Amino acid sequence: MNKEDFFMLKDNIIYFDNGATTLKPKCVIDAMEKYYTVHTSNIHRGDYKASMITNKLYDNTRNIVKEFINCNSDKEVVFTSGTTMSINMIVFGYMRKFLKKGDEVLLTKSEHASNVLPWIKLAEEIGIVIKYMDLDSEYALTVDNVLKSISDKTKVISIAHVTNVIGDVRDINAIGQICREKNILFCVDGAQSVPHMKVDFKMANIDFLSFSGHKMLGPTGVGVLVGKEKLLNDMDPLFYGGGMNSFFEADNTYELKKVPTKFEAGTPPIAEVIGLGEAIKYLMNIGMDKIHKYEIELKKYLVSKLEGNKNITLYNKNSNSGILSFNVNGVFAQETSIYLNHYNIYVRAGNHCTKMLKDNIGIKNTVRISMYFYNTREDVDKLVNVLNNCNDIFKIVL
Amino acid sequence: MDSNLKREIILDNYQEPMNRGLFDDDSYIRVKANSENCIDNLEFMIKVDNDKIVDIRFDGEACAISTSATSIMIKSLIGKSIKDVKNILTNYKKMINEEEFDSEILGQLNVYDEICMQPNRKNCALIPSQAIDEFLAKIEKM
Repeated sequence: MNKEDFFMLKDNIIYFDNGATTLKPKCVIDAMEKYYTVHTSNIHRGDYKASMITNKLYDNTRNIVKEFINCNSDKEVVFTSGTTMSINMIVFGYMRKFLKKGDEVLLTKSEHASNVLPWIKLAEEIGIVIKYMDLDSEYALTVDNVLKSISDKTKVISIAHVTNVIGDVRDINAIGQICREKNILFCVDGAQSVPHMKVDFKMANIDFLSFSGHKMLGPTGVGVLVGKEKLLNDMDPLFYGGGMNSFFEADNTYELKKVPTKFEAGTPPIAEVIGLGEAIKYLMNIGMDKIHKYEIELKKYLVSKLEGNKNITLYNKNSNSGILSFNVNGVFAQETSIYLNHYNIYVRAGNHCTKMLKDNIGIKNTVRISMYFYNTREDVDKLVNVLNNCNDIFKIVL
Repeated sequence: MDSNLKREIILDNYQEPMNRGLFDDDSYIRVKANSENCIDNLEFMIKVDNDKIVDIRFDGEACAISTSATSIMIKSLIGKSIKDVKNILTNYKKMINEEEFDSEILGQLNVYDEICMQPNRKNCALIPSQAIDEFLAKIEKM
């Protein structure tokens, strides 16, 4: 649906790499172009007309985010450069300050590098203990396995809501409830879920939620950290400078501004924040439940078409999202993606930044189809047709 | 060289590469090679004796181009003196980077003389030379 809003799709391209980044609708590009051509100005510093327009759009994006993910206040919405920065802020701004040696943090082996490496670094620095919760036979995380992994020392659970290779949807409402009962901090990487389904910050009792703008129709270079206000008040910024301080003196005294401003030192990505606001309005206009339902149906359709092909191994046919990882038997993932590119079908090959998942699925690299609402059954038919007739793959790629 | 023949040589070396598989042996020097642009990730073990390369083995995950290039490179370098190895590497890199090169000494490695037409594959073809370069830097320090 809504294919006509996306310039790149007019070029006969089938874009199945939405887990990496999504296309941008015209309204997002228009809003950013307007900032650059009509009201270019810095925020919170000018008394002229253009500056006031920019301020209003920038500040209002926090309200749009608040409504979109249902947090308590716009003070809980911090603009970052993306999910990676958001998680690093949580780990090094909050966790480094409050966790102690021996405290346990629960992750899984299907997490993205950005939700593993900061924790590994923190373990190296202060001696926290990282534990990886077991995945089931379909590489998904069950609530039972979460419960089994919790000990008296568990202080944090940090997981993706939807993982980026397997696409399993974790039951964050149930896990959030467990965290509430056991006084565990709950960090959710929403990079692959917030763009595709309704995520309710309050209902899931999330303490910190991270996501990226560019994976949800927005521009690159902007993302969001949503944190409970009390936690954000206690969290230290990683960057210090203009815009985030109330005063500083020659005797080394200083005072920081309140949340969320204290986390946004320097000139933020203004055009990008405005573009993100437009992207979220666009998504809300379609409806997140509608998007999720559409993608699941499209994935089921794709699976039904590929299941009979004995030449193809599917790794996650039952996961409840628009992500399908597979390999053509005997063909390295990258060759398959180069082959598909020959037919203008864009997919991703690799380990998708989940290098530890090989411990579970036994292979390192896969081809990943990640769908969005602008993909259609016709796109799927073309992909399936090309995969069903790939005997000449090496003739094409070599 | 005819493009069908090139494809055949590449495919043969991809599907049945020379000396795939590593083992523990301290007399070998180990190096790794990977690409920032793609997912190739290979590890090499190389044995040098009396200024000659006497064995090269490799393992890891890599595409058809880097696997085959590694296989052909191994065949080309075993038995060669360090001086000859450097000469082959220099000319191989020149060929991949579209500079003037001596095709005579490259033998079967000439199958990649048109890889520049697929710019994203150039790095794949350079994976084995990246590893051998690192190996050469290591032995020079020894």
